[in-house]
Amino acid sequence: MIHLQGLTPDDLPRIAEAENATSATFEHTIHVCVAAGCLSLHSDQVQRNLEHEVQERGLSHCRVKGVGCMGLCRAGPLVSVRPQGTLYQGVTPDDAPAIVESLDSAPVEHLVCPTDRPFFTRQTRIVLANSGEIDPERLEDALAVGGYQQLAYVLNDLTPAQVIDQIARSGLRGRGGAGYPTGLKWGTVAKASWPRKFVICNADEGDPGAFMDRSVLESDPHRVLEGMAIAGYAIGAEEAYIYIRAEYPLAIKRLQTAIRQAERAQLLGRNILGTSFSFHVHLRLGAGAYVCGEETALIASIEGKRGQPRSRPPYPAESGLWKAPTLINNVETFANIAPIIANGPEWFAGIGTERSKGTKVFALAGKIINTGLIEVPMGTSLRTIINDIGEGIAGGHRFKAVQTGGPGGGCIPAEYLDTPVDYESLTSMGSIMGSGGMIVMDEYSCMVDVARYFMEFSMSESCGKCVPCRVGTAEMYELLSRIVQGRARIDDLELLRELCEVVKQTSLCGLGQSAPNPTLSMIRYFKGEFLAHIVDHVCPARQCQFETVAPTVEQEVER
Amino acid sequence: MTQTAQALSLEEKRWRMVKATMRKNGYAPDALIETLHTVQNAYGYLDATTLRAIARDLHLPLSKVYGVATFYHAFTLKPEGKHRCILCQGTACYIKGSQAILQAVTGTYHVAPGETTEDGALSLLTARCLGSCSLAPAAILDEEVVGNLTPERTVAALEGLIKP
Repeated sequence: MIHLQGLTPDDLPRIAEAENATSATFEHTIHVCVAAGCLSLHSDQVQRNLEHEVQERGLSHCRVKGVGCMGLCRAGPLVSVRPQGTLYQGVTPDDAPAIVESLDSAPVEHLVCPTDRPFFTRQTRIVLANSGEIDPERLEDALAVGGYQQLAYVLNDLTPAQVIDQIARSGLRGRGGAGYPTGLKWGTVAKASWPRKFVICNADEGDPGAFMDRSVLESDPHRVLEGMAIAGYAIGAEEAYIYIRAEYPLAIKRLQTAIRQAERAQLLGRNILGTSFSFHVHLRLGAGAYVCGEETALIASIEGKRGQPRSRPPYPAESGLWKAPTLINNVETFANIAPIIANGPEWFAGIGTERSKGTKVFALAGKIINTGLIEVPMGTSLRTIINDIGEGIAGGHRFKAVQTGGPGGGCIPAEYLDTPVDYESLTSMGSIMGSGGMIVMDEYSCMVDVARYFMEFSMSESCGKCVPCRVGTAEMYELLSRIVQGRARIDDLELLRELCEVVKQTSLCGLGQSAPNPTLSMIRYFKGEFLAHIVDHVCPARQCQFETVAPTVEQEVER
Repeated sequence: MTQTAQALSLEEKRWRMVKATMRKNGYAPDALIETLHTVQNAYGYLDATTLRAIARDLHLPLSKVYGVATFYHAFTLKPEGKHRCILCQGTACYIKGSQAILQAVTGTYHVAPGETTEDGALSLLTARCLGSCSLAPAAILDEEVVGNLTPERTVAALEGLIKP
């Protein structure tokens, strides 16, 4: 047993080898998903019962392991038996004896979840490679799959400039939504000469319907920490912050554990792996403000202030946290760093499309059969994601639209299902890549009502600093409410569109600039539904209830 | 509970936790949000006396402290009820009928989101997204995440919580 304290670079492969040798002595390893989705379906009790069962039977050749997200959240709690690879779905604590009983014989038939389906076969897992494989609360598990070996390599064999060059050549772009080239951002911060610099990991995953970052942090926190440390070395920063939503208690707990473990093992903290590089990671909890996902608002929040954005330039790369040059990347971006260093930039650039490289993690939700977390190469079509991987619409209903990019994104209707998912294609469709939430809607979703829903969101989450956003979102919300309630006039639609353009062009930060996007895309693709509400007082999706008021004389005349 | 812990009043114990957070951060003004988190967890809400004490210790004007306390949704200035129900209003929950659940709860208990019932039994809150979209529509009842809700099931679960 090697003590995980004060490690040197040579220790890492040795520990990995020892850990894998130990694993090989077990004939069976039962993986139980203990990420938030399955946990809320009591997978912790499933794990306890399995452990109890294994112990009762004295099966020393068998072990039970809590692991991160396996992706198919709809079918939770999920249990996977290795090395056979049998996947069990909807497991209850009472199923434990049957599962343990069947280890050396045929699997428990009524629990088996077939894995030869597109949901599993069409994915390419880079960011999620270790999710569902390792115990996120054990550093040894992370080391066994090569964790921190890329950090050791970078610290000993590469100059900061070489690291940035590799990231730039990989073509990696920010996974938080805007898609800014990561290598370019790192290069800008690296060039700034200032006594201290900061790295910030944006884990303020605020888009409703998005849970990618939560899952990555709950399933493989060390991967994110390693990526941050490599970034710190590349840009010359020794201090880092992870800004994470307070709504994610499990992810916070696992990150705290991971940071503590890594510090003790000298993989973070002072003189990492015996080198002269030091890197301290601090956690900062968000307090429930969507606007804090915007980088300058996030910085204000870390400084203990109200989360209000400021105008850019100067960009955080020049003047960020406490006016020091600051690198801000999203969780998924950092999770991509170690694999790029390990496999080389050319390998990464070989995946995806011409301008969008690598893979993207998406959270599938809404009226789709397979809700859960998936990772696909950039450029995969929406049709593949929704119909093959997602297995289509629940309840035999018809697909109507998919919403991407959250409250700043848009809706894409059925006729564009063959669109490849990359930054440029989604933008040209009036939506955005966003952080990766995909919400599927069927014919019972009213697009006007959904547009109003998102506007209500942006209106409430507007920080109030700039007028276009503060007043504009409220006015747009009022117009949309009028349409939903059948109180609108036909020229309100034009007014709404005009207002959308003004707010888009004049708002201070991303929240206001993108708040009109859902409404604009709905008008673009579902104008008929708007007209039905306004002119005929009919909701084609049969969701909106109209106030039964007689039309005014004015409206009568107009008709 | 030990003798010393018993000897300390609840008020003293809470204030010690708040003090500890400020001390850990060197009484720097940027520890404000961290400190407010501690107050919220220890007291269940931010009370005026504590806000004043924090302003004094972190060398911040009270207006700044109040500004931050009211800016973020995680902080409340009123005490919470005995039980807490957070209904998710995220997109996935919304299109799966979270509005009807919200209406059922507000109608049954005569309480608006962000408010507490008159008898102090239940606080109703809404969340932007709990990240439990595969369980939509979802809610958190006290500490437990529950999913695949209907208006009836939600009210029944709340009844079980309030009147065990």
